[in-house]
Amino acid sequence: MQLKSLSESPTFTANRDGFGQGLLEAAAKNSQVVGLCADVTESVRMLPFAQQFPARFIEVGVAEQNLVGVAAGLALAGKIPFAASYAVFSPGRSWDQLRVSVCYSNLNVKIIGGHTGLNVGPDGATHQALEDIALTRVLPNLTIVVPCDAEEARKATLAMAEHTGPCYLRLGREKVQDLTTAETPFKLAQALTFRQGSDCTIIACGLMVQEALKAATELETEGLSIRVINLHTIKPLDTQTVLQAARETGAIVTAEEHQQAGGMGSAVAEVVSAEYPVPIKIVGVSDTFGESGTAPQLLEKYGLTATAIKEAVKVVLEKKRQRQR
Amino acid sequence: MPTPIDTLVAKAQAIRESIITMVATAKSGHPGGALGMADIFTLLYFETLRHDPQKPNWPERDRLLLSNGHICPVLYATLAEAGYFPKDEVLTLRRLNTRLQGHPHLGSLPGVENTSGPLGQGFSQACGLAYGLQMDGRDSRVFCITSDGEHEEGQVWEAYLFAAKYKLSNLTVLIDRNHIQIDGRNEDIMPLEPLAEKLQAFGWHVLEVDGHNFGEIRQALRTATEETAHPTVIICQTIPGKGVSFMENKYEWHGKAPNSEEATEALRQLQSGSGYAA
Repeated sequence: MQLKSLSESPTFTANRDGFGQGLLEAAAKNSQVVGLCADVTESVRMLPFAQQFPARFIEVGVAEQNLVGVAAGLALAGKIPFAASYAVFSPGRSWDQLRVSVCYSNLNVKIIGGHTGLNVGPDGATHQALEDIALTRVLPNLTIVVPCDAEEARKATLAMAEHTGPCYLRLGREKVQDLTTAETPFKLAQALTFRQGSDCTIIACGLMVQEALKAATELETEGLSIRVINLHTIKPLDTQTVLQAARETGAIVTAEEHQQAGGMGSAVAEVVSAEYPVPIKIVGVSDTFGESGTAPQLLEKYGLTATAIKEAVKVVLEKKRQRQR
Repeated sequence: MPTPIDTLVAKAQAIRESIITMVATAKSGHPGGALGMADIFTLLYFETLRHDPQKPNWPERDRLLLSNGHICPVLYATLAEAGYFPKDEVLTLRRLNTRLQGHPHLGSLPGVENTSGPLGQGFSQACGLAYGLQMDGRDSRVFCITSDGEHEEGQVWEAYLFAAKYKLSNLTVLIDRNHIQIDGRNEDIMPLEPLAEKLQAFGWHVLEVDGHNFGEIRQALRTATEETAHPTVIICQTIPGKGVSFMENKYEWHGKAPNSEEATEALRQLQSGSGYAA
């Protein structure tokens, strides 16, 4: 797997910047691409698109229900609308419109949910989307992508523009470590194995991928061989890669910046429990709201760290051992 | 070319009979609003709209989006009457595997332009579609049917703001102002008046018609076409249950199907014209 060398000094970029770049490239490629925003244009990084393609940018104002409905109408007219807001508002407030106007109609609308997870920081719990994967995962026809870094967010944006059908792209506010390069492959619904291993698999998405890699490296010094999968597409799920990990490593830890309930970990548990049950532990926020603080403080307090992942790995490994006795 | 009034009257009667028959057969559905909007649907599909039932995806067509999806029996009856699908298929309404879903679904049935049911959504879709057609320089018009009860949804007012800002003059909204909703009279549930003044204040070109007078509806739709600076909204005063004496103006018939005796009586009244109060 083509990854940045983890030994060189790390660089950091926000996923939303990768989206902004990807949208520019998608718009240059295809004149049907249009952008809509609900009064957070700079902050979700749609501003460069709005400046370069003013005739294809539509400011909708603080009206997320209308944002998604108008996007559906633009898709009816043959456009490829990217409709952006903060995820707590869209798909949060606009979930009914996403369900009926977009998904049930199977329209070619791309929902961009910015500022997800605890890394939103000081704005507090109202603005920290910890439920959006659960909300979107239950909608038929919808493709859901949670990129691990800015480069992957750029590629995901391009892939969504080429894919015909509704999509949801989950973005974060803070900078995250650049893990992938222009050469790293990206295909919707095709999980990437970032690190091979045989004792246990960590399946992560979003900024938890960097924590998963950290955890795996540290566990290696303890003599453990840990596989790391970047599950960027939550739906449709790459069941083949997930089940292969279950069979070959016999224990799974999932890690996401989301509620434990209903998120990526639940998606993994659903397929693993049905096809090849192995011990699983879901690292995520445990049925509580966030609060104000800096991103590192919040991730630490709510257990979204390499340390938390390592502890979870030890728990599933112990369960795996008990079974083998 | 205006369609002769007696042709329109005959079409509207056939559509009303089809509404009663399909809802009675399905044993569920919404006859009140559907009967009340039959004259408006008749004029739209048999005179106003540029469309071709043999080519439902013709890019140059005008689009009619239904926002208050529950009155779809009138849409289905009109589409069948216009030739989009066989007339007897309306009897499959709400049955398993039918193309005539309980609320309209895009892609299930030729002629259905949008999915709706949860109120407020079709209006925003119509705004986006009108915007997209304008972007491409197409002269197709978008017609959106909404209802007075639907105006209790906040999304409707978001859409009014949007269409006014972007001067979507290719969009014409028709409000079924029948004064009833499930729980009772609109003005008891949540007062809407003064409606015309509110819509004017939102920057729209506002017209008001008797929704059962073909001449008035025709004139308003023409005026809407000539307006180039603003979107037009036509408040259509209608009688829910129109044409069936025991259904007219009764909110109880918003979402209740007639039993077989009631359906027989309703059809008798429609065929003889005796059920019209006015």
